[in-house]
Parts: sequence; structure tokens; C-alpha cells
Amino acid sequence: MANEFEGPIIRVVDLVTHYGERRILNHVNLDIPAGETMVILGGSGTGKTTLLRHIMRLEVPSSGHIFIKDQDICHLREERFNLLRRKIGMSFQGAALFNSMTIEENVALPLHELTQLEDSTIRIMTRIKLDLVGLSGFENYMPSQLSGGMKKRAGLARALAMDPEILLFDEPSAGLDPITAAGIDSLILKLKLAFKMTIVVVTHELASAFVIADRITVMDQGGVTANGTPEEIRHSQHPRVFQFMNRIPEGDQMDAQTYLRALTQN
Amino acid sequence: MTGVLAFLGRNTLDLLRYLSGLYDLSAKAAYWTFVAPFRGRKLKWDSAIHQMVLAGVNSIPIVSLISLFIGIVLALQGAYQLQKFGASYYVTALVGVSVTRELGPLITAVVIAGRSGSAFAAELGTMKVSEEIDALEAMGLNSVRYLVVPKYLAMLVMLPCLTLISDLAGILGGGIFEVLQLNQTFRMFLAATRDSLAMHDISTGLVKSLVFGLIIAKVGCYEGFSVEGGAEGVGKATTSAVVVSIFLIIFADVIFTAIFYYTG
Repeated sequence: MANEFEGPIIRVVDLVTHYGERRILNHVNLDIPAGETMVILGGSGTGKTTLLRHIMRLEVPSSGHIFIKDQDICHLREERFNLLRRKIGMSFQGAALFNSMTIEENVALPLHELTQLEDSTIRIMTRIKLDLVGLSGFENYMPSQLSGGMKKRAGLARALAMDPEILLFDEPSAGLDPITAAGIDSLILKLKLAFKMTIVVVTHELASAFVIADRITVMDQGGVTANGTPEEIRHSQHPRVFQFMNRIPEGDQMDAQTYLRALTQN
Repeated sequence: MTGVLAFLGRNTLDLLRYLSGLYDLSAKAAYWTFVAPFRGRKLKWDSAIHQMVLAGVNSIPIVSLISLFIGIVLALQGAYQLQKFGASYYVTALVGVSVTRELGPLITAVVIAGRSGSAFAAELGTMKVSEEIDALEAMGLNSVRYLVVPKYLAMLVMLPCLTLISDLAGILGGGIFEVLQLNQTFRMFLAATRDSLAMHDISTGLVKSLVFGLIIAKVGCYEGFSVEGGAEGVGKATTSAVVVSIFLIIFADVIFTAIFYYTG
């Protein structure tokens, strides 16, 4: 599907969010241009998944705005947002397939519920999507009968069911062996070429990020540390980015005295 | 002293938060059950019927059996007291009235709270943990409409039905004892039951059962939605779904019984 939209299709403006007292996102600003693959890179707990969940409005921010196609989704009425949401597919970290349904029913669910299409048409569309992710022949399997990589691909097929313009991908390679993970990467590249989708991928896998990304955003401690093309990020002189790229562990920030004190204090 | 105050304050806040959460979920469920269908958003009857079979039809054997036993126990205890006055004829009335007004609805609700309330919490909790509820929302499908409303409908329809079955089984249980031990014929038992029961007795029991059904659906679903932190969270939610709904059922029972008592 061609993207006619000009400029950034997703704009995150000054987003702040808290879980209880703890601040998770700290004034995040991010523009995601239409038709590009943006990889959000960062360590665990840096708020990258939280950012993705905000874009899908699964979380409510403390302050700030998110514009998707120039509509502020934080203040959009439910019905209006649901129309917009049909153009966004999300693939979850744990695939999040409905365990009580077969793979085919999972992929067909949004088509059944959100469109007026004939059952036979839905069947064909579902098969096409499953074929796209290499799962043809597994239509009648239950999610529990599939391996982790297959589940993830089935989740992707479901996210693609409505032919979204934007695809959000949470940790595509988490918990997968390198070969399966590389398979998912090439699948993302295929989607990028075939459908000209805007793809947002959240990951901490460096190798995978540099394979699929048009642009990379590095997040650290709830904020955006760096943003640029893969080349720019690879050669970034920012200490945290450098540390992340070169897999340098957190240094010991405490001397022996402070460490002892920290242990003995309650 | 401040410790006590802090303890009280914290628990009161927790309770208020819990109640407002329950209220919030009920309001949404009521909207999707009673208002949305008139705005072109159809009810999911197929999943509601599926829930009715799971929670209702499949509970018939256990509810009838327990009610039958309760009926026998009630007749035994009643006869023990009434025989002293030579009034064992009234055992039938005692069993009939206490089963229809009180024990039928209550026993049914407690059994269903244990059977279905816990299942609701476990099902929704597992879906929450595995991000299935998020996935539903991400597709633009309302999780209350898809997951909660069918359970509400199932409880609203099935609990009164099960209560009627329980009433019947309880009365029959009493009848078994009366016929076997109190030298009554089955015909005498039927006549005595008919004489002692008023429509009012049965209808108040059914009103109660509607309220109990709402409580079970409400608490079970709310506990399920508020699960956090994996399998352990699901376990906790399942337990508290049963405990809280049984507590609320008995609390509501006190209030309704008092209302029916004072209004006749």
C-alpha cells in the first residue's frame, strides 16, 4: 500500500509519563517519517516499549502529545481513534495470540469484526497473510502448538490483517534463536519493500537494528539520546550511545566505602 | 497512634479505589449491554451463549446435588426441633420457605462464585498477562464488549435459572426425608409445599439471584483485569475473586433480606 502521507506520520511531542511515582518517559520528542523503518534502540527499562504502547494508546501519558497523521491521539474520541487504529498494526513481544482460537481465526478476527467482507473473502485474505509470513498449512493449529518464532510470525500476520499503513513491532527477536530472528528481520525487510509501510521496531538487538533500519533512535533513561541514520549512530560520539554500540557494561560508580555504606544502611 | 490512623487511611483508600474500579467496570459493561445495542453495536450472543453453557448448564449437576443435600439437612434439623412440639407437619413449610427465600439463591451464588467467578478472573487475568487484552484493544475492539459483556449476560440469565433448579432440588431433598421418616405420603408433601409457598417467596429469591449474578460477574472480571505480574498475580486474583464475591453476596443478602422483611 502506497503511503501518500507527506512528512512525519507519527510525531511524539514532549511526552512525559509516570508509573506511580516513577518517571518512565522524560520529555520524549520523536518524528517518524512516512514510509521509513524506524528502529528504537535501547537497553531494558529505558522506556522504549512504553513509548510504543503510548503510540497505540494502550497507556495514557502524564503530559505531552502524540500526533498520528496530524491527529492528536491523546485527545481523540474513542470512535475516531478506532478508525485511525485500523490503519495501525501492532505485533506484541509475546505474540499475544488469542489462545482459545486457531491461527486462522486469530488472523481473521479483525477482518470479521471490523469489516463487512464475505467469509470466503476473509478466508482468502487470511491465507494470503499467513502465506506472507511463511505459515501456510498451519491455519488450524492452536497457538500453543506452535514454536516461539512461529507464534511471533502468526502475531505479525494478525497485525497485517487490516493492511495497515503503520506497523509497530515490539521486540521482534526477543527470545528467538539467531536464525529465527534473522528470518523475522528479512520478513520486515520484505514488508518494507513490498508495502511501503511505516515500520516502528523496538529492540535491543544491535545486529538486527542495523539490518532493518532506515533511521535509528537511541533511548536511555526515558529520553531520546540520539537520532539518525544507522551510519550516524554507528559513529556517534555520545558516551551512552558509544557504550551501547560497543557493549560496555555499566562502570562501578561507587568506591568501596560508599558501597559498604549502601549495604549497611536500611 | 499515627500508625493506626495511617493503617486505617490506607485501607479505606484501597477499599474506595476497589469500589470505584468495580463501579467503573460495571458502568462500562452496562453501557455495552443495554445502550450500545440500540446504537448498532450488536451484542456478542454467540460468546454469551458459550459462557451460559460453561457457567450455567455445566453447573446444573453440582448445584442440584448440593441443594438436594441442603434440603435434606434442613429437614433433619427442622424435624429435630419441631418434633418436640409434635409439629413435624411444618417441616415441609420450613424447608420450602427457607430454600426459596434464602438458601436456594445463596447456595447457588456461592457455588457459581467458586466455579465461574474464579474462572472469569483466571481467564481474563491470563489474557492480561499474555497481552491478549492489549492486542484486542490495539485492533480497536473493546475488551469490555468482547470479554465482559458475555459473562454479564451469562450470569444475569443463568443465575435465576440455576436458582430455580436449586429451589426445586432443595424442596425435593426435604421431601425425601419427610416421606421416608415422617410417615407422609408424597402427595401430602406436595400439598403441604403448595400450601406453604407463596409466589412472593420464589420471586424475592430470584431478585436476589440477579444481584448475586451481577456481583459474581463484576468481581470476577474486575479481578481478572487488575492482574499484574504473571502467574502469581493470576492465582491471587482468582482467590480474591472468590473471597470478595462471596463476601459481597452475603452482604447483599443481608440488605435484601432486611428490605423484604420490612416491606413484607
